[in-house]
Formats: sequence, C-alpha cells, structure tokens
Amino acid sequence: MSAANSSGIVRASGAGQRFLRYLLYALLVLFCLYYLVPLYVMLTTSLKTVGEIRTGSLMALPDAPTLGAWSKAWDTACVGVRCDGLKPYFWNSVVMVVPAVLLSTLLGALNGYALTKWRFRGANIIFALMLFGAFIPFQVVLLPMARTLGLLGLAGSVFGLILVHTVYGLAFSTLFFRNFFVGVSDSIVNAAKIDGAGFFRIFFAIMMPMALPAIVVTIIWQFTQIWNDFLFGVAFTIGDSNPLTVALNNLVNTSTGVKEYNVDMAAAIIAALPTLLVYIIAGKYFVRGLAAGAVKE
Amino acid sequence: MGRLLERWLPKLVVSPLFAVSLFFVYGFIAWTVYISFTRSGILPNYDFAGLIQYVRLWHTPRWYVALTNLFVFSILFIGVCTALGMFLAILLDQRVRAEGAIRTIFLYPMALSFIVTGTAWKWILNPGLGLEKVVHDLGFTDFRFDWLVNPHMAIYTVVIAGVWQSSGYAMALFLAGLRSVDDDILKAAAIDGAGPWRTYTRIILPNLRPVFLSVFIILAHLSIKSFDLVIALTNGGPGYATDMPATFMYSFAFQRSELGTAAASAVMMLATILAIIVPYLYSELRETNR
Repeated sequence: MSAANSSGIVRASGAGQRFLRYLLYALLVLFCLYYLVPLYVMLTTSLKTVGEIRTGSLMALPDAPTLGAWSKAWDTACVGVRCDGLKPYFWNSVVMVVPAVLLSTLLGALNGYALTKWRFRGANIIFALMLFGAFIPFQVVLLPMARTLGLLGLAGSVFGLILVHTVYGLAFSTLFFRNFFVGVSDSIVNAAKIDGAGFFRIFFAIMMPMALPAIVVTIIWQFTQIWNDFLFGVAFTIGDSNPLTVALNNLVNTSTGVKEYNVDMAAAIIAALPTLLVYIIAGKYFVRGLAAGAVKE
Repeated sequence: MGRLLERWLPKLVVSPLFAVSLFFVYGFIAWTVYISFTRSGILPNYDFAGLIQYVRLWHTPRWYVALTNLFVFSILFIGVCTALGMFLAILLDQRVRAEGAIRTIFLYPMALSFIVTGTAWKWILNPGLGLEKVVHDLGFTDFRFDWLVNPHMAIYTVVIAGVWQSSGYAMALFLAGLRSVDDDILKAAAIDGAGPWRTYTRIILPNLRPVFLSVFIILAHLSIKSFDLVIALTNGGPGYATDMPATFMYSFAFQRSELGTAAASAVMMLATILAIIVPYLYSELRETNR
C-alpha cells in the first residue's frame, strides 16, 4: 500500500523527524477542519433560532438547540407559493431516482455485456460513440429535449425526468460495465455456451452475480448523479413536479419577510442527507466510481 | 430458428440502446447546431440564416462577461484544486494514522449537490452575518468581506465554494496515482541517496503525468459545465457579474426565449469541450484496444 514510505520520504531521525510528524498531523487536522467547518456551520445554524442567528456568532454552538427549523423545512416552509415544506419534493426525487437508477444500471449492464462478451463487428465503434454521450455539455441537448418531452406529453412531469436521466445515464453505466466485463475471462462464457446456455441465461445466471461490485459502483454513481442533478430538473419540470434540488434552491430564494437561515440550512442538509449516507456507508464504491472515469484500470 | 435468434440477440439488445443514443445525443446535437444557424426566437424557425446568431452572440456584452468569468474561474479552480489535491495526497501518503477517516473527510463534499454547497457557502460568506461578523467579533472591526455582493469579486466566491467541493476529488486521484508508483524505482532512488524532495520532484511527479492529465480533463469539464453552483451561490449576479456560459445559455433559452442565440452559445460550449475531450478519449481508447 504505502509504497512511497517504505523508501523513506521522511527519513531524518530523532527530533527533526518528530517535528516533521507533528507538522504533518497539524496540517492534516487543519485541512480536516477546512472541509468540516461548512458542515458544522450548516448543522449548528439549523439548530438555532432566527433571533440567535442575528445576535450570535456563525461559529458558536446553539444556546438551546431546537428542531423547529427542521420541521419547518420539511413540512411548512414556502417553496414559491406553495407552503408544504420540502416533503413533497423529497418524494418527487425518490420517485424519479429509483426507476432511473435501476433502468440505467440494468440497460448499461446488458449493453456492456453484449459489447464485450458477444463481440461483433463494430462493437468498439458503437461503444466509443455511446461513450461520447457521457462527456457532452447537456446545454447542447436542452432545447430539443424540452421539445421532445412536450411532444411525448411528458413535459413538466417526473416521468419525463426518469426518461432523461435513464437516457443520459446510459453512457456512464455502459462504461462501468464494459470496463468490468472486459476483465472477465471469455472462457466462462464459452463454456456456458457449450453447455447450451443462451444470451440472457448467461447474463442473469453467471454474469450478473459476478458483476456485483460493478453493480454497486454503478448504482451509487447513478444515484448520486441523478439525486444531485439540478439542470434537467430546473429545465424540464415546473412547480409541483420539481425535484428536491430545484425546490431547495427555490426555498432559499423565496423571500417572505425575515430571512430564515436556519430553515435554509436544515433544508440543505435534508437535500444532502441521502447521498451523504450512501457515501458514508459505501464510500469505497463511491471512490471507485469517481476513479473509473479518470484512471484506467 | 433458435440458433439464428441466439446469433442475432446481442445485436438486437444493443441496437435499440444505440439508436436511443444516436437520437438523444447525436440527433439532438444536430438539431441544436441547425437551430444555431436560423433566426429562431421564441419558436424554432427552420429557415437557414447563416451565421447570424453567432454574430449576435459575439456582439453581446453579456457573453463576454460569461467567457471572462469562465476563464478566471477555470484557471483558479483547476489550479487550486490540482495544487491542493496534490499536496493533500502527498500528506496522506506518509503512512498516516486514521488515513481512511481523513480521506473520507476530504472527499465527502463530492457527494453533495452543488446546490447544497452553494446554499451553505452563501450563508457562510453572507456579508453582515457570516465570516465578516466572525472576524469582527474577534476585534478586527475594520474587516470587510462583501465579495458575494461585490460585482468585481463575486466570481471568486464561486471559486472558493467550487474548490471546497472538488479538491478532494483531485486528492483521491493523485493518491491512487502515488500508490501505483513502482516500488522498485523508489528503492533504487533511496539507494542512490535521493532525499524526499528529489524523490518527489524527479521521480514521483513525472511518473504521475497521466494522472495530472486526467485531473485536468475532469476539472476543465466541470468548470465548463458549471451551472448549479453559480445559480445557488450568486444566481449569476450581482446583475450578471457571475454569468458563465452555462447560465448564459439557460437564461437565453428558458427566460428570454431567444432559442437561436441560446443554441449558438450551447454549440460554443460543445466545441470547447470537444477540443479538450476528443484528443483525450482518442488516446485512451487506442491504448485500451491494444
């Protein structure tokens, strides 16, 4: 693991080395604080009252922690003209993210499997052309997509968003599974073929159980991307069908009298919680997903 | 019959997915490119009108603001994220205790939506109640920190929040790169008496060239597409002082309904990304196919 250290990046002995170690840990603690302070500020602010926010310090702990801002953000805060809190939009995001993640993952798996284990002429070109879709700036498809959704009668609906996320998630999920299946020996597939197993049987009975790590990485990646998406949500939905990110932005920008920063922060944490939990529980796979698009296997 | 179907099945599975890709990616790009050559306003108009929208775009002062901001933002965002990510990766590579926990802390902002990040930093950078007040309370009452509402400085707040969110990503990529440097080379260097500084600058960093390239591509891609963060943090303001190409395009497409100009700006964004991505993808694919 720590290749660089065995060769002694810091080899000076005695007091000098001890000083360097202290410096190293001091720096690491400092940077941990840098990344954690915004989360700390969000959390403490969300537990304060508006009065305390006005008079107290940004960095202070709340005098008397209260969940008032949380229940307001979830239940009664105004998002535009509607004052039901984030609750309905949270469910919009759930209803959008579950089918979109499952569909794009399953289709990506099938695609990656067919392109690597049943190689046919042009498979590589097809893959390259599809992969390109992962890198385009989505601004270039916004206008025609809006018109297409209108023609399909899906404009402003959660179903429209499911379609959009599935279609544009396909490039990445295909990439993940193709990279995985390329490393799976062809002899497994060939043996199964000789035993008379067909395309789908090999896929479901042999390939999918093997591909569990790739499935986890893809699901986490797609979940994070789709849950956090703002561009498609704001461009293709209106009001009641907004996903959570759009509702959060609207909540923060809805001005009704006194600015309630505690409610804003509670709302922001609510929006962040699902992806944050996934990251804490399955961080290893999250990092693998991040690396997959960048560093070659 | 069954055998024949079996032979065609892989193609039957791939072709609809490929068709979807062709339609939603290439078809849509073609549509946008064509619209950028028409006089389309609120409604699309399919009469070819040459470069008129591009001429308009390049005569729009707001477009220059967006480009300048993109330039300033990308250079700072890519530069600071790369330097900070590299530095953190080297720190973490010193056989540190609790490395896993520290790495988790450095990287968690990547799991957040840019809207969440923007909302949080908008509050922290709030002139009056945020950081400025913290420094005032420490006794420095002359301290002014109004970047968020200062048209000349607001773009730097986007950099601050962007770096906070994405530098951990660069760290993770660099750390993976550091860990993959060949042990034997390092041992040889140690035997030759190379100190830590020389080992890093002469051996390890040059070995990380491909990682630098990946980090650059990913961060450049993020900056060209940056939209959510700007919307949440400054909403493009004050005025349109923090406009970027992505917010410019959105505004012209969905608020001002100038489809032609919006399409032209989207095509300019695509062209910029292509100029960066295509050479990269080409070399990547050529190597994996070997």
